[in-house]
Amino acid sequence: MENFFKEKTDEYKNLLAEYLEQQDEKALYGVELVSKALIKHNILPEEIINIHIKALKELDPNLFGAFEHSLEFLLEAMISYGLAHQEIQTLREQQIALKSEISVAAQMQKTLLKTKKPDVPGLDIGVISVPANQMNGDYYSFLQNADGTIGIAMADVIGKGVPAALCMSMIKYTLDSLPKESLPPPAVLHNLNRVVERNIESNMFITMMYAEYNPETSKLVYSFAGHEPGYFYRAAEDQFTEFSTSGLVLGVSEEVEFEQAEIEIDEGDMVVLLTDGVTECRDGDRFIEIDEVLDVIRQFTHLSAQEMVQEVYRYFERLQDFQLQDDFSLLILRKTV
Amino acid sequence: MNPQSCVNINKEWDIVGARQLGREMAKEIGFSTVDQARIATAISELARNIYLYAEQGKISYEIIYNDSRAGLCLIAEDEGPGISDISQVMRDGFTTSGGLGAGLPGVKRLMDEFEVYSEVGKGTTIKTVKWLR
Repeated sequence: MENFFKEKTDEYKNLLAEYLEQQDEKALYGVELVSKALIKHNILPEEIINIHIKALKELDPNLFGAFEHSLEFLLEAMISYGLAHQEIQTLREQQIALKSEISVAAQMQKTLLKTKKPDVPGLDIGVISVPANQMNGDYYSFLQNADGTIGIAMADVIGKGVPAALCMSMIKYTLDSLPKESLPPPAVLHNLNRVVERNIESNMFITMMYAEYNPETSKLVYSFAGHEPGYFYRAAEDQFTEFSTSGLVLGVSEEVEFEQAEIEIDEGDMVVLLTDGVTECRDGDRFIEIDEVLDVIRQFTHLSAQEMVQEVYRYFERLQDFQLQDDFSLLILRKTV
Repeated sequence: MNPQSCVNINKEWDIVGARQLGREMAKEIGFSTVDQARIATAISELARNIYLYAEQGKISYEIIYNDSRAGLCLIAEDEGPGISDISQVMRDGFTTSGGLGAGLPGVKRLMDEFEVYSEVGKGTTIKTVKWLR
């Protein structure tokens, strides 16, 4: 370190001498390299000014007094910059540590919330869920009931990041603890609402939808709790229609009643479920309209459901310059036979 | 020079006097220009803390020796409100974000040794040392 410092000090002096004589760019490039080397060794700005003063004194012992004092003055002014620099350095290191900690947590969350796409003949399912930051505040889950029906849950914690993600685990474990026999969707939401209401702070809410599909009757029964509406694509009419039921978000009151409705799905029909991270994508200052989402989906209907959701995600990822504003989840279910 | 001195801090101008005495002692001990400036800045922070939060207090200076190595020891004392959460004020980004300057972490960086004792309602004592390299 001592040698390094001495070496750089001499180099600085020689470059300065060269520059005083010729004002050439080569010396300026040289000092750029010296200063980068000094930064790497945590040499603070005031030290560099001190190197400068010493070099100048050696090069010109008759240096004008006021000029020398002015450099001492500059050195004094740099002390606080040096401190700020050190502080930022420390904060940067802390930030790196924090980021890696969160990424471990995010990985753990992925494992905890993992769900398996059910394998139902004649049903093509595609799903994607991408967090805006590292931790996801959106959640989807598939349940395979004993009677052959499948449950589909989608939820979105108002807010994002770590608190939202922590909250999501609760939804997952409540769903897991439901009986194996299928329950009507409003009853599922009622159960979840009770748990959420009792366990989270009053300023936190969860929007959710729960649906149950019966492969034998091709009927989808659903119930919504303040969640973004779903869209039903009827192939025969080549049209999307919105579907939802009224019902308050989870966590507000234990008294809420949830409603139920159903649709019958024919071959080629699609059910689209999403979170507000999809509908609230922004293109510059403009929020996109749901019609734009549906148009994009329509462009990819020739693909499998999984490829469709991925292409739609890629489209909106690009539209937002690869910086999601909110967690993005999209699920498409299509009857193929 | 008297190896032990003291400056009372009652008004903002006293900060300048405190810096002045610290710099003179640092020079006398043989500290480099850069270290003189660092010591003066550390004194500024300590004196400003007294002036801003305790209104009055004092800074004592002492030339100390350790195995023939000389150093300057500063002790800032006040009977102000004290610090309720020392960990918090020692954390980076706590004071600077409020625009108060380098704060105590800054003093710790500028000097070699740093200790703080504080009791709410009784006051604060900060002892810090810079050794001659």
